Parts: sequence; structure tokens; C-alpha cells
Amino acid sequence: MKNTSEHLFEYCLRLGDTPLILGQRLAEWCGHGPILEEDIAMTNISLDCIGQARAFLTYAGEIEGKDRTEDDLAYFRNEREFRNLLITEQPNEDFAQTMLRQFLISAFHKHFYSELMRSADKTLSALAEKSLKEVNYHFRHSSEWLKRFGNGTEESRTRLMNAMDNLWRYTGDMFDMDETDKHLVECKIAADLDKIKTLWNKSVEEVFSEAGIDMPKDVFMMSGSRKGKHTEHLGHILAEMQSLARSFPGASW
Amino acid sequence: MNNEWPLWEVFTQKKSGLPFEHAGSLHAPDKEMALQNARDVYSRRNEATCIWVVETKNIVSSTPEDVGSFFEPSNDKIYRHPNFYKTPGAAFE
Repeated sequence: MKNTSEHLFEYCLRLGDTPLILGQRLAEWCGHGPILEEDIAMTNISLDCIGQARAFLTYAGEIEGKDRTEDDLAYFRNEREFRNLLITEQPNEDFAQTMLRQFLISAFHKHFYSELMRSADKTLSALAEKSLKEVNYHFRHSSEWLKRFGNGTEESRTRLMNAMDNLWRYTGDMFDMDETDKHLVECKIAADLDKIKTLWNKSVEEVFSEAGIDMPKDVFMMSGSRKGKHTEHLGHILAEMQSLARSFPGASW
Repeated sequence: MNNEWPLWEVFTQKKSGLPFEHAGSLHAPDKEMALQNARDVYSRRNEATCIWVVETKNIVSSTPEDVGSFFEPSNDKIYRHPNFYKTPGAAFE
């Protein structure tokens, strides 16, 4: 049985790894955005994510008490030790898929951080408050795009629906609750994901209806992030993200 | 067919009460996206507390040919130029 501090370490890894991997994915667009303005927007969002990741991983290191820094945790853990949500590691593909992924995650974070602000853990509560301002903008930005894809041309709508086929099955993973979640919810530290799921559904449904698309039904949901079971994409992301730090340990700018 | 999105001009205000200043321009499909793009392109480093965007085609501008009739007449009317206080934005003070 894990004690509360071991659960909290695990929980902070989840909170840190999710924005870390999403930020890394978004950074792949740097210099490749469909227009200059959107290139800057996506890298801005990426930087917001990396900032959130740094804060949560630093805190994870403090909780663990083994002198691991944010960098140690980001660059020197293996695939199975990562706890990011599966949806974050899914490929960018086209702009529609990137924006749909962003929307589904931002809608989650919007409600998740609002709830986490009430955490009995003061550090988590403060980090949630800071992050919420950022994700509110990410949510707004990606929702506006969804409405335009849905109501735009035949092609924009087709691309959005293709992205839906690729991504929807990873949304269930966001709400899986294991013993860590349950234990920390009892301690009033963690957010209750059942509650978040209801709010998330409502927000997603609202934007989908403005975009003129239906909520997918009866889709088999993938899960695994809580246990570090990832899709085949994470290994490739880590190879790219960690290669420099692992080739030159301790290197600095 | 013209696939270019319309051009927008962006004005930012550094602090409440200060005048809006032209920050630059950008392309966007509509006003909401123009506002978001303006936020991302021109206020990433805390440059603004408020943003205006206006589609460039809606701006009415004087032309270089207007210079003579519009602006030069005030040059030789010395009594219009204050000596004891500064005029904001004036070419000479």
C-alpha cells in the first residue's frame, strides 16, 4: 500500500507529464504552422504547457524527496514511467487533428484546474489557479477553430471528422480513476474525475452543437496512462525530446 | 480566386487610460480570429491590457497627394504653435 506522499508524487507526475508531452507535440509545429499567426499561437500554447509541466514536475521532485529536478524527471525517465494522458501523445497529423486534440484536452483542463483550485494541497491549488488562466484561452482558441471546421468547407469538415475517428477513443482515459485518485480525493487533494466528466461532456457538447457535429457514440475507449501503458507514439516523442539531455548529461546553455 | 484572408490592423493599449497605438497588422478570416491572432502576435510579452482590431479596408486614410492641402497650411501660421506647452504628437515642439 502506498502512503499519501507516494500517491501525491504519482499524481504530480500525471499533472506534469500531460502538459509536457502535449507541449512537445505542439512544438513540432514550430516553423510549420499553416499561417504565421497560427504558428505563433501554437508555439505560445506549447510554451504555456511546458511552463505548467515544469511547475508540477518540480513539485513532484520535492514530494519524492530524492533530489530529482524537473529536468531529471522529464529527461531521464523511460516510457513506462510516463503518466501523460494517451490523447496528448497522438500525432499532430493535420491542423484539424491538432486543434481537436487541443480542444478535447483544454476542455478537460478547464474544469480539472477549476476543481483542483479547491485542493487541500496549497501548492497544487496555486498551480491550478495559474494554469487555469492559460487553458481558458487554449479552450477559446481551439473552440473557435472547431466551429469553423464544422461550418466551413466540405474539406474542413471531413478533416475534423477524420480527426474525431482518430482521437475520440482516447478521451475515456482522461477520466479513469485508480487507487491514487481515489485516495487523494478522500484526502481532498485531488479532483474527482467523475464530476469533471459531467462538466467536460457538457462543454464539449455545447461547442460540437455550434460546430454542427454530433457527439460520437459507442466508441471503445482506450486506457492505460495511469499505469504507464502508452500507444506506440510516446517512445518516438521521448527519443526526440530526451536525446540531447541523455547524450550530454548536465549540459547547459 | 483569392484565398488570402483579409488584412486587419491591430491597436494595443499598454495601460488603462493610455492611448491605443498601432502595433502592426495580420491576416485573419473574421473578427474573433483577428482578435485572437492579435493577442498571440502582438501581446505575448505583456504589451497590452486591451486590443482593438479593425479590418484594414475600413480605415480611411489621407493620401500622399493630400500632404500639401492638408498639412502645410499650418506650417506658416506661427500663432497656432504653442510656445509654452507641448502638443502631444507634434512634429516639432
